[in-house]
Amino acid sequence: MLIVLNGKETEIKDGMTLADLIRYKGLEPDRIVVEYNMEIPKKEDWEKVALKENDRLEILRFVGGG
Amino acid sequence: MMDDKLIIGGRYITSRLFIGTGKFPANRIIPDVIKNSKAQVITVALRRIDFDSDEENMLNYIPEECILMPNTSGARNAEEAVRIARLARASGCGNFVKIEVISDNRYLLPDNRETVKATEILVKEGFVVLPYMNPDLMDAKRLRDAGAAAVMPLGAPIGTNKGLKTKELVKILIDEIDIPVIVDAGIGKPSEACEAMEIGAAAVLVNTAIATAGDPIAMAAAFSKAVEAGRMAFLSGTGAVKEYAEASSPLTGFLSAWESE
Repeated sequence: MLIVLNGKETEIKDGMTLADLIRYKGLEPDRIVVEYNMEIPKKEDWEKVALKENDRLEILRFVGGG
Repeated sequence: MMDDKLIIGGRYITSRLFIGTGKFPANRIIPDVIKNSKAQVITVALRRIDFDSDEENMLNYIPEECILMPNTSGARNAEEAVRIARLARASGCGNFVKIEVISDNRYLLPDNRETVKATEILVKEGFVVLPYMNPDLMDAKRLRDAGAAAVMPLGAPIGTNKGLKTKELVKILIDEIDIPVIVDAGIGKPSEACEAMEIGAAAVLVNTAIATAGDPIAMAAAFSKAVEAGRMAFLSGTGAVKEYAEASSPLTGFLSAWESE
């Protein structure tokens, strides 16, 4: 199924949760922030977020800035 | 002078030099830059992860004891700034936020009106809000009334290293506003950071001047000393400026005078 991940249409496996996707991408949960359909799910709830077709997901991290 | 404490958002801030983490030649030098600068408040930005490149997370380079101050760079209006601030807080790295609302791409000057709006919303949500602003007295009062923890007027446009070009306006804010005034942006040299501190700024935020120096680690130490010197000078009370010369040595008992006596 297709979701919009960081502004790009992205094919992911059906039945994935948000936590599955984070693991699949090899990201450290402590160091990232996620916005799911304009809401901010708590980290402890990532396992419960079942991704659906056309979901809009933003996965962010801190970079250098002034 | 021993009791000269800067408190922001209920936290005792150990250094009046805040530093940004952008534009460094390599992230691996950032821990040494932070150590040498003695800075406690460190700014970072929030960005999308690019899955096509192997990127580093800035948090890996910032010591745990620092206070992280995410900025809302990229926000063009209050709504976007609020969105970014909420996301930054969700990272679990504290509730300090530097509001930065910019829609002017050439000079990167802040939009004070949108900044006031974002400040009003975020203060109500429990953020410690430090807004980057144009040094306008009325807007500084609006930000204070909205509950900002400090105001951060620019010294010169971001990244220009031009120095404290807004000095007279910043002075007015320092005189009239009872929350900390922190000079953010434009400071290019330690002498300019010192100048801001001498006129009574509560702190300065420096990024480009350190990051783009020939030796950023040594420059971090230079800024640290300059900020401390400027603060000490402010607390000491600088002497009056006079139009005509006033001798520092006694005007009596000259050798020539002895001869004529």
